Amino acid sequence: MSEDKPQSTAEVVEKIVEAEEQRTVVRTQDVKKIYQMGEVEVHALRGVDLEIYAGEYLSIMGPSGSGKSTLFNMVGGLDKPSDGKVYIDEVDVAQLDAYELAWLRCRKIGYIFQSFNLIPVMTALENVTLPMVFAGLTSDESREKGMELLSKVGLADRHSHKPFELSGGQQQRVAVARALANDPTVVLADEPTGNLDLKTGTEIIELLRSMNETSGVTIISATHDHKMLSVSDRVVWIKDGRVDHIANRDELDIEVTQVEGEE
Amino acid sequence: MTTYSQLAGGREISLPFSKAIEISISNLRIRFGRSLITTSGVILAIAFLMSVWSNNAIIESLRAADSSEVNLLLQRKGIEIGLDASGAVSAEAQARMDEEASKQLWLISLSLLVCVVGIANAMLMSVTERFREIGTMKCLGALDSFIVKLFLLESTFQGSAGTAVGIAIGFLLTLLLALIDYGTHVFTYFPAAGLIRSAIAAMVVGTLLSLIGAMLPAWRAAKMEPVAAMRSDT
Repeated sequence: MSEDKPQSTAEVVEKIVEAEEQRTVVRTQDVKKIYQMGEVEVHALRGVDLEIYAGEYLSIMGPSGSGKSTLFNMVGGLDKPSDGKVYIDEVDVAQLDAYELAWLRCRKIGYIFQSFNLIPVMTALENVTLPMVFAGLTSDESREKGMELLSKVGLADRHSHKPFELSGGQQQRVAVARALANDPTVVLADEPTGNLDLKTGTEIIELLRSMNETSGVTIISATHDHKMLSVSDRVVWIKDGRVDHIANRDELDIEVTQVEGEE
Repeated sequence: MTTYSQLAGGREISLPFSKAIEISISNLRIRFGRSLITTSGVILAIAFLMSVWSNNAIIESLRAADSSEVNLLLQRKGIEIGLDASGAVSAEAQARMDEEASKQLWLISLSLLVCVVGIANAMLMSVTERFREIGTMKCLGALDSFIVKLFLLESTFQGSAGTAVGIAIGFLLTLLLALIDYGTHVFTYFPAAGLIRSAIAAMVVGTLLSLIGAMLPAWRAAKMEPVAAMRSDT
């Protein structure tokens, strides 16, 4: 920032945003994961190096059995590597105890699941405020923030409905609001459109994208939904437990047509 | 490198107890049918316990009354009055009473054991059924202790409600039978203090049993990996 020339707030914000984009939020270093299945050792990951930057929208693609889910769980702090390191916000996940892990999951990461996973006994609003309660917010604070999030996803009028009274798309919207409850650094979306039809799936993808653009939250999604590719900043292809290749946005259009052509 | 607990500062991941109570109550309400079946086990065991205790209390009180009319009724029911001229219990009668008491104890212990096993089984089922929900909560930042709290509370509510009903049923049935056998003498020599003591003891036993039965399932739930929430094949 130059000292002689006063800058407008917008300019400062822009600079901060630029600096943020360069920041690495998740970094994996030669991550390996071996599962012991009876007598057989299964190498789910064979050394993955990956950097995920703040504010980007990253998709992890790969066929089932490629290690996609394993890598996804690793970067989400849900699983620990057999070898190698995973840093989330420059903190080595393997070093965290149960309490710190819970803190990390609560404050830094928001999760969106394929099957929505709303708590069935709770209303939409209670589902959204649950992570805030875990974070220690008072019920007034969390109620206010929960309503704000629900209106952002367009479901403010459904706040008192239970999950079974909502459609799949609506449930996933509530889940998106819940994932954003504690202003996380990263939102992990595991096949977020897997249980939705084409139209609602597209709506959820657009919702995620707009959340990514407005609040600058990093979104990592594991998917094989090609609709997801067009909104991604980068796409990581996983194959046989390794990063096959990484495509940036400008290269994506060609990739998408190729992939679609193969089917 | 800063650790997360430092970042967290004084504000810890805590959950108001009221929230845990709220969740467990709505869990019970939504699975009302099943919790009713689980509770019926507690109701039966405690009803049996309470009926034995209140029967003992009533008979004890009648025996202590030592009125000739009541003694006649007691003897007709084959109950040892067992008082000799000096008013002390004869050795023979005492031995018979002791034997009776140990038999009762054995039956009570068995019924309570069955009850605990029933509770543990039902709670384990409940954990298995909800593994994804538990995983989700852990993903959202729930600590193990919160999950344990949730299940213990649920079982305790279920258990104490069942116990209360069991006490009422056990007492009323015994009272009814005693009225048939001894008529209004039961009220004349009504052992109120003894019955209240028995009811409190039964309440404690019932609630404790529900807690004990839920311990293993709650621990299993708490140890569940949050990855479980990711699985979509259920």
